[in-house]
Amino acid sequence: MITFTLKEPPPVPLEAEALSPDVMLPLANDAIRALPMYLGKRQVRVDDFFTVEGAASDELEIHGDARKVKWIGRGMTRGSIRVVGNAGMHLGAYMKGGAIDVSGNATDWVGAEMSGGLIRIRGNAGGQAGAAYRGSLSGMTDGTIIIDGTAGLETGMRMKRGIIAVGGLVKDFAGLQMKGGTLVMRGGAELRTGAWMSRGTIISLAPLKLLPTFSYASTYTPSFLRLYARHLGKLGFTLPYEEQDGVYRRYTGDAAVPGKGEILMWVRS
Amino acid sequence: MLRITGGKVYDPANGLDGVVKDICIADGRVVSDVEGGRSIDASGMIVFPGGVDIHTHVAGAALNFARGLTPEHLRKALPFVHTPERRAGLGGITPTTFATGYLYAGMGYTTVNEAAMPILSARHTHEELHDTPIVDKSCLVLMANNEIVLDLLEAGELERARHVVAWLICAAKAYGVKAVNPGGVVNWKFGKNASVLSEPVDGYSKVTPAKIISSLAAIIDDLGLPHPLHIHCNNLGVPGNVSTTIETMKALDGHRAHLAHLQFHAYGGDDWGSMRSEAATLAEYFNTHSNFTTDAGAILFGNAVTITADGPWQHVLYQLTGHKWGNLDVENETGCGIVPYVYKESRLVNAIQWAVGLELMLLIDDPWRVFLTTDHPNGACFWRYPELLHLLMNADFRRESLNKLPDEARKRIVLAELDREYTLYEVAIITSAGPARALGLGQKGHLGVGADADVAVYLEKPESDLMFEYPRYVIKGGEVVVEEGQIRAVANGRDFIVQPSFDDGIGEYLRPLFEKVYTMAFDNYPVEMERIPGVDVRPCIRP
Repeated sequence: MITFTLKEPPPVPLEAEALSPDVMLPLANDAIRALPMYLGKRQVRVDDFFTVEGAASDELEIHGDARKVKWIGRGMTRGSIRVVGNAGMHLGAYMKGGAIDVSGNATDWVGAEMSGGLIRIRGNAGGQAGAAYRGSLSGMTDGTIIIDGTAGLETGMRMKRGIIAVGGLVKDFAGLQMKGGTLVMRGGAELRTGAWMSRGTIISLAPLKLLPTFSYASTYTPSFLRLYARHLGKLGFTLPYEEQDGVYRRYTGDAAVPGKGEILMWVRS
Repeated sequence: MLRITGGKVYDPANGLDGVVKDICIADGRVVSDVEGGRSIDASGMIVFPGGVDIHTHVAGAALNFARGLTPEHLRKALPFVHTPERRAGLGGITPTTFATGYLYAGMGYTTVNEAAMPILSARHTHEELHDTPIVDKSCLVLMANNEIVLDLLEAGELERARHVVAWLICAAKAYGVKAVNPGGVVNWKFGKNASVLSEPVDGYSKVTPAKIISSLAAIIDDLGLPHPLHIHCNNLGVPGNVSTTIETMKALDGHRAHLAHLQFHAYGGDDWGSMRSEAATLAEYFNTHSNFTTDAGAILFGNAVTITADGPWQHVLYQLTGHKWGNLDVENETGCGIVPYVYKESRLVNAIQWAVGLELMLLIDDPWRVFLTTDHPNGACFWRYPELLHLLMNADFRRESLNKLPDEARKRIVLAELDREYTLYEVAIITSAGPARALGLGQKGHLGVGADADVAVYLEKPESDLMFEYPRYVIKGGEVVVEEGQIRAVANGRDFIVQPSFDDGIGEYLRPLFEKVYTMAFDNYPVEMERIPGVDVRPCIRP
């Protein structure tokens, strides 16, 4: 394992693509400490901001309040990163495999355009988790993001495949322009959930105020949920799927696109 | 001073076909001999005149719109990091200005012709071209939908139209004139297109696309511009458009013309379901009419951004793809549309388009009249030219690629029957000597004494795609700008323009018309000469 301890929070965002298991795996401690990062436009070394212990491993642990440290685990394909504290923007963006676990909060663009792997945020996340970057046609195309706390705006925007599960409340435009995949919201969401979604599934365990372009279809207990619930259950995220617990009201939309997406709203028995 | 020794020289303009010969350079020109200075040992290498791209889109408002519309591509693009020799930039399918210069030079190209510039954004275009380092530049001004010109054609005032065209060329500081979908862009302002050459344009009774084409071609010949009318024909991209393309050539009535991106104009069939290649029909007509040159406008599979002044076509493309769409209305001069596009090998239409570009290059007999382009960034990025050269030079590789196409596509093309393979001598023609001659740039595209010392030196390898991808040396204006894959020097290229003569009173004729309809003050309209560092005024002497 390689342990990075933040000496002091950076005054401006620190761009740290180097903090990735793929980069660290072949490197000795000296080489890791010399890796470049960008403080604003200025190039700095890893050891300008972190003390580094260990070498040549694809298991990374980052300690300290890294809320201004961006791009941790960008594009990683393997290994694990454990952040003990907070993480900055673009955590696990473009990630292809491996796992990231954050004990605190993360800010915007967690797992943006990721195509594999697992990200777990024990606290709250900012906006655009699993989303498409501006201009891109697709957000996350595979993988899992679990946020135990709340999530910000445009969570799962243009996601195509994969699962995002949020324990707390999700802000406006959850599943905006969603093209596929599954967004689970145990704490419900604010306004305009599923706007312009063309496909995909949004599951809410709390009542939602839906757009008028979503139509009620039926009330049932989807059998596929059993699979999702088991998968998420193994990751510590519970989802009711037994009929005695409750049923789901199914709405289809967004008819404004027009889309074939679905929103499943849980009704407790 | 510089001497390149021991290389096989391919200089078609001077009849040299792989002759081992020293190329001597002094004061930015090729000279007969030099004493002293640096010597480059080019043994085992081939020496070409620097490449000339006759049709590309590398600067101006439309390209910037395309850059802005496709951030997802720029994020994945090759980054150019700032170094003492080099500015920062991004490659990708719409490279930024500095990166454009580096990428062209890095491929052995030293002259590029920006093929579509509205006068209203000419100032901006020239400033961007100035920021496109190393390569020499020229640009063509859009004229076939300029309503002041069309009004004069309607009134039958051809003489005055000639003066107005000359004034507009001078105002834009352009090198030539481009006609894009003549009449179609005017009609697009009313939600229509101009698909029949003989039908009057909206708002006119006598002005038809055919009349616009013939009148502009005649005016340009009359003005003696070094490059003839550069035409993007009506009905671009539409199945069955080969008849329009041949009608366009007939409408030119013997005048010179350059037909741009011919691949997009060589389709048969009645609709997308029955679309087929008509490259053979078009090449047959083209081969027998020596007043035309053309460029391939070939496509390669992958990401592209289509940008063109042909606004109505871009709306069709947007409806077909459901992709992003940008539309610009350039007052009463022209329009513009931008749609990102992905050419897919598995898609019937794209497979036919891919074949048509190659078929035209192989079926047009005279390499001096057909040039290598992808209509960058429409068909593919210019930095993919080496892939095209590999396809043209290697029939076996072409057949392998053909096998990947859908079966239905292979029934609708003739590429499998073509065994021709381009030789190095012919490659030198289609990438340099031919386009330079068609542009009327006498000092470009050859290595004779007095020519600009623009030279590309490649390692001679049987794998031709690799050979043209990485020149060993590129010399621009006598300076070694690329060496062993690295940018060594970044000189600013020249901006070629022409200044045809016009009646002194034409400005005062235009002023009231202009002030009635334009948002810009008349006095601010012409680009000031001092705005164009490196300007090189070429004489109006028809070649």
